[in-house]
Amino acid sequence: MNIIVCIKQVPETTSVRINPETNTLIREGVKSIINPFDMYAIEEGVRLKERFGGKVTIVTMGPPQADSALREAISMGADEGILVCDRAFAGSDTWATSYTLSGAIKKIGAFDLVICGKQASDGDTAQVGPGIATHLNIPQVTYVKKIEETTDKLESSGSASDSRSHKSMRLERMLEEGYEIIETPLPALLTVVKEINEPRIPSLKGMLRAKSAKIILWGQKDLDLDPQHIGLCGSPTQVVKIFTPAQRVGGQIIKGEVPEIASRIVELLRSEVN
Amino acid sequence: MDYLLTDEQKMIKELAHKIAEEKVRPVAAKYDISEEYPWDVIKVIAESDLFGLFIPEEYGGMSVGITNLCLATEELSRACGGIAVCYAASALGTFPIVLFGNEEQKKKYLPDLASGKKVAAFAITEPEAGSDASAIKTTARKEGDYYILNGLKHFITNGGDAETYSVIAMTNKDKGARGASAFIVEKGTPGFTFGKKEDKFGIRASSTRELIFTDCKIPAKNLLAREGMGFIVTMKTFDMSRPGVAAQALGIAQGALELAVKYAKERHQFGKSISSFQGIQWMLADMATEVEAARALVYSCARAIDAGVKDVSKESAMAKMYASDVAMKVSVDALQVFGGYGYMKDYPIEKYVRDAKITQIYEGTNQVQRNIIGLQLIREMAK
Repeated sequence: MNIIVCIKQVPETTSVRINPETNTLIREGVKSIINPFDMYAIEEGVRLKERFGGKVTIVTMGPPQADSALREAISMGADEGILVCDRAFAGSDTWATSYTLSGAIKKIGAFDLVICGKQASDGDTAQVGPGIATHLNIPQVTYVKKIEETTDKLESSGSASDSRSHKSMRLERMLEEGYEIIETPLPALLTVVKEINEPRIPSLKGMLRAKSAKIILWGQKDLDLDPQHIGLCGSPTQVVKIFTPAQRVGGQIIKGEVPEIASRIVELLRSEVN
Repeated sequence: MDYLLTDEQKMIKELAHKIAEEKVRPVAAKYDISEEYPWDVIKVIAESDLFGLFIPEEYGGMSVGITNLCLATEELSRACGGIAVCYAASALGTFPIVLFGNEEQKKKYLPDLASGKKVAAFAITEPEAGSDASAIKTTARKEGDYYILNGLKHFITNGGDAETYSVIAMTNKDKGARGASAFIVEKGTPGFTFGKKEDKFGIRASSTRELIFTDCKIPAKNLLAREGMGFIVTMKTFDMSRPGVAAQALGIAQGALELAVKYAKERHQFGKSISSFQGIQWMLADMATEVEAARALVYSCARAIDAGVKDVSKESAMAKMYASDVAMKVSVDALQVFGGYGYMKDYPIEKYVRDAKITQIYEGTNQVQRNIIGLQLIREMAK
């Protein structure tokens, strides 16, 4: 099974500050980590490879330092890392990012599965996974919490050249209450939630392999992309305003005897309703 | 302090730190109460390749030496001295095979110990033979292609849970210490059973148990080195393993210090953080300095072993003795910083005091370590 896992490097804390002038995150001095949800995607990819054989390729779009995220994924058992990196991709919104990543996936070639984390902890949009599936024109199943079954039926319809593999996957997809079981043909794209597994701690052998692994670097010229649809220019999203909501202040403290306080509260609630 | 660790050493330290924080610390209190063997954590450590650090590559290990074993043990001990000793005691049980095993023995036993599929234990102590190891009564009688073992070992770390045991028994009582020999005994061998499991003051995640040999028949090829080499095997094993006990003590001290500093910043009395009081700051300063001095000694000793320095008995003993004394003092002082809360089991610090105590006792009491150091000083002077 050939699996592609898309990951994002994000700042470690969610409490990073925002530059009020540019409306972008201030990343200086903040440690970068693999988006926590993507850890589940990597783990699931590696587990599928361990069960069915094949290869796990990790793809990320980001600055040169995203190299370390790819190496960490390799230390967990992935085979190869591809860094999609070019100044031309800077400022991409989720649309341009998913378009660019789909271009990289097309260049990788045949695959059975693309796995993404359900969303990134910095942007929280949950749009890039579904966006990639749309650009690749393959089925997508979001919020997957379990892969139940993978079938690989070889159906022959007459001539040998016509026989093809019909791979499919049965999945549990998390809903607000309960879950639904979905069967999808492959290739498909899944986004996974944290309930799906427990990401492993890398092995020392994995870390040593990751340290010496060669990371593949692809820029704009390596990918077949429409220049109109990449980077800041290719991003239809406009961030109009980012602000920190004002903290609720004070509140009212009612003092006195209990019956007095109770009737005062009732009075206030009534006036609030009316 | 920067110890100029290599990239590889930093990697191992980081890996062990990650395991300690994510897998060990969250369950430390649970295993301290239940006294169950922490198999789930052992499995994680095994999968991370840390069991094989000091085992040669040709037998499935990583061939990266004692310094790295110490770094891993220190990091694990920061989070739980009990779980860390399950790991370190397997190394203790494995050293005799690494140091004295023949090709066949190494090929048979080391790969599973390197992968952590199996854990090992070392057995010399008996009820009547603690510091006086020459008083052991367990015997091994040769009969054809077999040895027949009879006797009782006690206080054996990893006892019952380990699969592979390095056991010291007398093959010739008349020769005293020169009549002891070392054997590999596998769990499940007929005549080899387990007795009392100890209820301990500290390191409660680890198992400490009696081994009972009743006409236990083991193949003669399980003899390590030659007959009569039992105490040499033991001494050389301890020279290798004592830096590990020292590293365990160091990790306990470091862990206690970190908790104390954190608590001192959080705890407010008289309207301010107690860390702003000189009385607390001076305690923390002394603790930190002693921990750093212990670390310098432990790392130096481990590096000397890795560099192939021949006789490290004195340095090993110094590292073990000093680091464990520091662990005891620092953990008690850390508890003092916690005040009354520190005495309660709701807080993690009292466990550090309990875990620290054993490091002054096992693998040679600190009094025995002083004997070793003293004897070595006199020998050196006589040269």
